[in-house]
Amino acid sequence: MARFPHSALLWRIFGKALWIVTVLFGITIISFLVIHLAPGSPTDMEVTLNPLAGEAARARLEAVYGLDKSLGEQYLDWLVRLLHFDFGNSMSADARPVMEKILERLPLTVSMNVISLFLTLLFAIPAGIISACRQNSWLDHALTIFVFLGFAMPSFWLALLLMSFFGIDLKLLPISGLTSMGYEHFTSWEKFLDLARHLTLPIMVYTVGSLAGMSRYMRSCMLEVLRQDYMLTARAKGLSNYQVIVHHGLRNALLPVITLLGLSVPGLIGGSVIIESVFALPGLGNLFYSAVMARDYTMIMGNLVLGSVLTLLGNLLADVGYGLADPRIRQRAGGANG
Amino acid sequence: MAEPQSSVLDTGRQNACAAKDYLLYGLRAYGKLGLGLSIVLIMSLAALLAPFLAQYPPNELHLEHILEAPSADFLLGTDRLGRDVFSRLLYGGRVSLWVGFVAVGISISIGTCLGLVGGYFRGLVDEVIMRFVDVMLCFPSFFLILAVIAFWEPDLTNIMLVIGLTSWMGVTRLVRAETLSLRERDFVAQARLCGSSTRFILFCHILRNAMAPVLISATLGVAGAILIESSLSFLGLGVQPPEASWGNMLMDGKNVIETAPWLSLYPGLAILITVLGYNVLGESLRDLFDPRLKHRLF
Repeated sequence: MARFPHSALLWRIFGKALWIVTVLFGITIISFLVIHLAPGSPTDMEVTLNPLAGEAARARLEAVYGLDKSLGEQYLDWLVRLLHFDFGNSMSADARPVMEKILERLPLTVSMNVISLFLTLLFAIPAGIISACRQNSWLDHALTIFVFLGFAMPSFWLALLLMSFFGIDLKLLPISGLTSMGYEHFTSWEKFLDLARHLTLPIMVYTVGSLAGMSRYMRSCMLEVLRQDYMLTARAKGLSNYQVIVHHGLRNALLPVITLLGLSVPGLIGGSVIIESVFALPGLGNLFYSAVMARDYTMIMGNLVLGSVLTLLGNLLADVGYGLADPRIRQRAGGANG
Repeated sequence: MAEPQSSVLDTGRQNACAAKDYLLYGLRAYGKLGLGLSIVLIMSLAALLAPFLAQYPPNELHLEHILEAPSADFLLGTDRLGRDVFSRLLYGGRVSLWVGFVAVGISISIGTCLGLVGGYFRGLVDEVIMRFVDVMLCFPSFFLILAVIAFWEPDLTNIMLVIGLTSWMGVTRLVRAETLSLRERDFVAQARLCGSSTRFILFCHILRNAMAPVLISATLGVAGAILIESSLSFLGLGVQPPEASWGNMLMDGKNVIETAPWLSLYPGLAILITVLGYNVLGESLRDLFDPRLKHRLF
């Protein structure tokens, strides 16, 4: 350790890399098995539903998709193609590459999630601080009630309520789709407004969903920090209330939130299926939903792998972010436990 | 990622807390327990007694009363086939609770066994189990559930299985952590000296002492499973019509939301209240049983 000051750090990075490779391998195995061990075959849709197609047609289709090979061979083929970022072609009628279809849907889902995460933090951080600093005040109780309701609220029901209130009763906002009729002829400002109006309700649903968890978490982190001795020291030094809470308290309380942000990725991706299908938005969730309905093997596997890789990335980013934000960890980065 | 140990200073300060605070904390925890328990009991009773409480069979069509607003005849109105919404809500409750309990039973059994084995034997077994947990946690679970449901028939058994098989990871981590610390305790060493079988030690010594957190996560798990089932049914991939479930009632309601908003109101309310009940119950159990909070209460 003394002679090679960086060797421990290198070992840690090596260990992490090994972990990533193992987990990625596991992800591909499960994505593959879940689909291929299920009864039925992707050719069912095309053959059984088509009275003109017989066994010969099925055999030909299976040869096209490589389904006549053994399970192991199919997996290896698929894995080799994955390593080249080739997710195969969609089995739906258009037969376009899975990657291409996913990439054109991804921006909408990601931007909706990023906006709603931003809004969540914007509301959750002050809410958490206030209710922690004024524990057991009416504001704190109101937040607690909101949190419990938010946890129990099914997102699709919230979506329906918002649709019927803002869309049908008040006629303020459109209730489905991404653009209005005649969108192509709008000026860019009108286009922006139109998009914003269509996305308001979905983003509201996303935000309420994550707001409950985030503000609750923020509150308990802040409560934990408030009990620390350094807060007492800061007050004893005669710092202002604002300085104590924001500079000493908040900076410490925000650290665990970084981890929670990373952990919320799978929930957001999963939730997009429901929200996008309620609002008929052409995002990743909707793509996955239609792939599931059409039993589009390659598309489902591609989405599963991509979704879990995104989750993995989210976790890793949270790890790195935590390390960067917390000077204690930065200092100890060479140590065994970080 | 060990929980921060409370320092000596901390405990001293908490012991010095006024008796009023203990009382308040206790009252609040028991108040939550009461609220959670009563919601859960009422909802369970309503589901169990559905045949006696319902005015009509859940699938009986009243074609002369289509899309009627709530009235004395039809307490919560009728849907687009003239079926009584109240009766369907009661029977839908049966589905939700059944799915919730069975799915959680599956996930708790898997999670407990893997956690016990991993935590007790350590080494390679533990490594393999924990990597498996890591992998499973990487999947957006709703994606995985949908992918499986797409290929297996979406009937009740499969839904319960799939929900159970995709939600055991948290319990595994929990039980493993408990086991890791319990296995070093004297009573386990004593049991081993007495010649108890490993199975006996695992289930009768270690699991019994780790029961509280498992119970808490089971309670919260029921809430989660009910939400997942209703989401699946809402997407048309869960409980299939004509069998009533809160999720597919909402799916029906969505199409007529402009003319018959009550169809999309009550099933959602039922989900909200039930899930709320299990969450409140779970949280209050945590307040009462979490060893790290205990000293505040007693």
